[in-house]
Amino acid sequence: MAGRNPFVPIDRKLSPVQTSVPFIEVDSLEKIFTIRRKAGLLKRSKREVRAVDGISFGVERGEMVGYIGPNGAGKSTTIKMLTGILTPSGGRLRVAGIDPARERTRLAQRIGVVFGQRTTLWWDLPLKDSYGLMHRMYRIPDARYRENLDRCVELLDLGELLDVPVRQLSLGQRMRGDIAAALLHDPEVLYLDEPTIGLDVVSKARVREFLRELNTTRSTTVLLTTHDLTDIEQLCSRVMVIDHGRLMYDGKLTGLHAVGESERLLVVDLERELPPIEDVPGARFVRSEGPRQYLAFPASSSAAPLVAAVAAAYPLVDLSVREPDIEAVIAKMYGGTREERRESLM
Amino acid sequence: MAEALRTSRDSRRAYPLVSDSWRTYRMVAGMWIRSTMTYRSSFALTLVTSFCVTFFDFVVILLMFGQVRGLGGFSFAEVALLYGTTGTSFGLADLTMGSLQRMGKRVRDGSLDTFLMRPAPLLAQVAADKFALRRFGRVAQGLLVLVWALVLLDVAWTPVKVLLLPVMLVSGAVIFAAVMVLGASALFWMQDAAEVTSSFTYGGNTLLQYPPTIFAQELVRGVVFVVPLAFVNWLPALYVLGRPAPAGVPGWAVFASPLVAAVCCGVAGIAWRAGIRSYRSTGS
Ligand SMILES: Nc1ncnc2c1ncn2[C@@H]1O[C@H](COP(=O)(O)OP(=O)(O)OP(=O)(O)O)[C@@H](O)[C@H]1O
Ligand SMILES: [Mg+2]
Repeated sequence: MAGRNPFVPIDRKLSPVQTSVPFIEVDSLEKIFTIRRKAGLLKRSKREVRAVDGISFGVERGEMVGYIGPNGAGKSTTIKMLTGILTPSGGRLRVAGIDPARERTRLAQRIGVVFGQRTTLWWDLPLKDSYGLMHRMYRIPDARYRENLDRCVELLDLGELLDVPVRQLSLGQRMRGDIAAALLHDPEVLYLDEPTIGLDVVSKARVREFLRELNTTRSTTVLLTTHDLTDIEQLCSRVMVIDHGRLMYDGKLTGLHAVGESERLLVVDLERELPPIEDVPGARFVRSEGPRQYLAFPASSSAAPLVAAVAAAYPLVDLSVREPDIEAVIAKMYGGTREERRESLM
Repeated sequence: MAEALRTSRDSRRAYPLVSDSWRTYRMVAGMWIRSTMTYRSSFALTLVTSFCVTFFDFVVILLMFGQVRGLGGFSFAEVALLYGTTGTSFGLADLTMGSLQRMGKRVRDGSLDTFLMRPAPLLAQVAADKFALRRFGRVAQGLLVLVWALVLLDVAWTPVKVLLLPVMLVSGAVIFAAVMVLGASALFWMQDAAEVTSSFTYGGNTLLQYPPTIFAQELVRGVVFVVPLAFVNWLPALYVLGRPAPAGVPGWAVFASPLVAAVCCGVAGIAWRAGIRSYRSTGS
């Protein structure tokens, strides 16, 4: 019993026909909320909110994708449609070949969902009773259930919480309990909507570790929504950024820099205080602190020629390159101004 | 290992909706019963309370029957039959489906989301939500009055009449349940529709306790042709009591309760499905 047991890998049956089609297929997906409001005694005014406004993407089996965007972007709405909770207003949607809204209960056997804001656990009963219900409701074979529960208890540190009524758990403890509840039936996909909300640093690290292991050993597909970009940086090789219901970016996290036209920062320590370095092509003077000067240059271009040019013309003592802050890049994508970005660079 | 897993997954497919619903209902209701048991003292308290309430209800009926020696040409025992049959039917529907009334809150605060994530029929989950054993009281009371009525009644029992009795209790319960489901479906669009529904269910139950002869013909027709509550007990009971069907109602209608119940279920099912499709959750 020494050390942590990894998950037992599952041999997921991949039929050759399905491999050409993404596991999650989303095509021009739309969700429009009609909001009716009283506008006078009998009159009612209608307003439409396009929560999801024509999104298309595909996710392959075993991928771990970050789904990010500012408040009200439509992330939770998308996840609810992928689960079958909401019926789309338009577009096409398939998860494991199933139309979620039409065959919700069949799909539910194959997916796991965690909404950070809601709990599926039974408030007045010990944590383990909620798991017992999952066991029966999902018809999980006994051996499988015990194995999965043991693993979750160990990796998420739930051992001492199993006999505690859920209402007595702290927010973070309950969240870990909810994550375990979503995984007892070996889901092929896991949707997580802000799973690290309210967790402390240790718990966050634990949850991330857990998800990474789940993804590598069981090839569980993970779609993750969060406002904590560290989650994304540590877990997801791919991110999708949405804003106002539209997909703004879909690709590698590092690629965001290029799209975001972000800048890296060259920090130059000179021998003495000198006037701003403004004659080096490709660099832009940002500010100075005594002998130290900050120069910005496009993240997509190389630092080497710049360093050479500075070294040739100035008495250089030391020098370093600062990578752009991913948060700043995303803030800019979310519609921040150039000024804001410059401030966050400094 | 993987092989075993695969077959177990295959065997899960396509359970019939009814048995799946029943299974879900038992599981969820069981969880709620256990939840109430955790507050042992309060559970005992509600049990005592509900017993008292039921008992007082019963006293009220006794008093009423003590005062009235017949209503609209119906004898005391005949009124008791009406009271007992609708009471039992409504009690059964209320016991199993009564929670649907309070679904509006779950729609408004979006907690229905978690029900929709589970591989189980939504209706069964919502119906079993906050399941309370104390609702047995109403059924017990209805049955008691029914037995009492049967003892007192002076009816020439035929096999058809004997058979009609359980058929009418079950059909009546199903009709009430369908009305409750229909009302709950409306909650997906209007979260304050619960009042309207209870005027049909609780109100209907009260109406059906009295003989149809004391009401205006228009009302009776409405309860036959528009909201078919008359099929819960009025029409079959009239046959059992050897009385004619109300004017303008075809003779075979006294046997039509199961058919009407089935149609009501169909309509309620369609409305329920439409309701789920238009569920909008809340922002999160
Ligand atoms: N049930 C609803 N009725 C009306 N409008 C809604 C509803 N749910 C969401 N919206 C609207 O849809 C948009 C997207 O909401 P959603 O909850 O998907 O945002 P989100 O990306 O999850 O945001 P956050 O990061 O704040 O969680 C918002 O403008 C919101 O006001
Ligand atoms: Mg959200």
